[in-house]
Order: sequence, then structure tokens, then C-alpha cells
Amino acid sequence: MRPTNELTLLLPSRSANESIARVCVAGFAAQLDPTLEELGDIKTVVSEAVTNCIVHAYPDTIGEIKIRCRTFANGVLEIVISDRGIGIPDIEKAREPMFTTGGEERSGMGFTIMESFSDSCIVRHRAGGGTVVKLSKRIEPRT
Amino acid sequence: MNIDIQRTDDSLVIKLSGDLDHHAAGKVFESFTALPEALPRRCTLDLGGVTFMDSSGIAVVLGLRRRLSYIGAELSVVNAPAQAMRVFRAAGMKEI
Ligand SMILES: Nc1ncnc2c1ncn2[C@@H]1O[C@H](COP(=O)(O)OP(=O)(O)OP(=O)(O)O)[C@@H](O)[C@H]1O
Ligand SMILES: [Mg+2]
Repeated sequence: MRPTNELTLLLPSRSANESIARVCVAGFAAQLDPTLEELGDIKTVVSEAVTNCIVHAYPDTIGEIKIRCRTFANGVLEIVISDRGIGIPDIEKAREPMFTTGGEERSGMGFTIMESFSDSCIVRHRAGGGTVVKLSKRIEPRT
Repeated sequence: MNIDIQRTDDSLVIKLSGDLDHHAAGKVFESFTALPEALPRRCTLDLGGVTFMDSSGIAVVLGLRRRLSYIGAELSVVNAPAQAMRVFRAAGMKEI
């Protein structure tokens, strides 16, 4: 299926960009007329994935975060967040609730939240290094 | 993120307002480390002013709870907005 609209964002991995990423994607998603709750879920999954890039992918450097959003005629919003950082050695393990390499300031619940607030959450190694997280959420049309 | 700490002899209320994400959480954790050694047995974290919260907020709650449990104090989290409630629930923290 061809996308009905798309948006690509490139942001350096600075923590101030977490809110900018949330607001940009929420603005893009607004065309699907989501409920307040759906909009909250979209902001939350974006925040989780972008924070992971900032905290884990580029722990000691500022790297590039790419966010590509697409909408489809069936009401699906797809968000792909990729980094060229250190990568995840064991993706299955990383997705387990409470698994974290981040110490006391992290809870290890990011992927669990991304899974629960989206219809699909796919995590892959990026060819050439880094991580790709693909999230999809269908916004039910309101009449 | 605004952090307002109100302390009386028998209560401690920490009121957070703004977006509670990783960007803001550093400042919140710092304010916890600056708390005095002796704290009342009942402490309250008021999230009424929180405009957005992600898993960073979960670590904030767990961190504060851990800090208080060392001195046998309890933490109640109050006024969490709907979006924050959904994040707590997704993380299995039904008690909040
Ligand atoms: N983009 C990434 N690059 C490298 N490692 C990652 C990335 N995303 C996640 N990880 C790894 O997967 C683990 C689990 O991620 P998850 O988001 O579930 O929890 P967390 O970030 O540790 O804690 P929380 O999200 O609750 O603050 C991380 O601790 C980290 O080791
Ligand atoms: Mg995370």
C-alpha cells in the first residue's frame, strides 16, 4: 500500500529533542484525527524510542536519530526510529520487561510500553550498525 | 519541569509539573539526593501538574520509593493524569 503522507525528521541525540520529537510526530498524526488517548500513546512510544537512542545508542557521543512517519489510507500510522549507535546485542532479551543496562535511572519498561501502546513493534539490527524500531498503530476513523 | 518540595514536621510533599521525561528526570533525581536524611514517615508525590510522562517517570517513582524505604517511610503517588496512569498500568504498577 502506498503511503498517503510522510514526514522524515533528523535530530541530534540531545535530550532536549525528546519533547521536539514527540510534538512533531503528534502534529503529523493529527491528520488521522486520533483521540486524546491515542495521541498520548503516540507521544509515549516516540518518547521511549527516542530516549533509547539518546541514552543507549549514543552513550558518550551525539549521534543522529532518524524518525520516519507515514500514514496509510487504512488509518495506519507507521513510525520508524533508527540510530547508527552501538546496537543491541540480544534484542529478545532487551525486550523483556525490567531488562535494563541503564542503572537506577532507568526502569527497563520502555519496550514493554512501546508494545502495549502500539499494534506492532518490530526491533531490528540496522545494516551497518545501530538499531531500527518500527511501530505501527491504527487510528480508528471516527464518524 | 518544575519541582516544588514542601516540608513540614510530619509531611513531605513533592509536586512535579511539566513534562516528566528523561530530559527532566535528571533534575528530579538531583532534587531527591538533596533531600535531608531525616524525613517524615509519610511522603507524597503529587503528579497533578505533569503534562506528559514516559518510563523515565517510572524510574523517578521507584527511585524515590527506594530512597524512602531505607528510612521506613512510605510514598503515595497522587493526582496522576490519565496519560501517566496509562504508562504506570502498562508497566504493571497498578497500585498507583
Ligand atoms: N537504540 C538502542 N541502542 C542500543 N541499545 C538499546 C536501544 N534501545 C534499547 N536498548 C537496550 O535495550 C534495553 C531495554 O530498553 P528499554 O527501553 O525497554 O528499557 P530502558 O531504556 O533500559 O529503561 P526505560 O525505557 O524504562 O527507561 C536497554 O537497557 C538497552 O540495553
Ligand atoms: Mg528505554
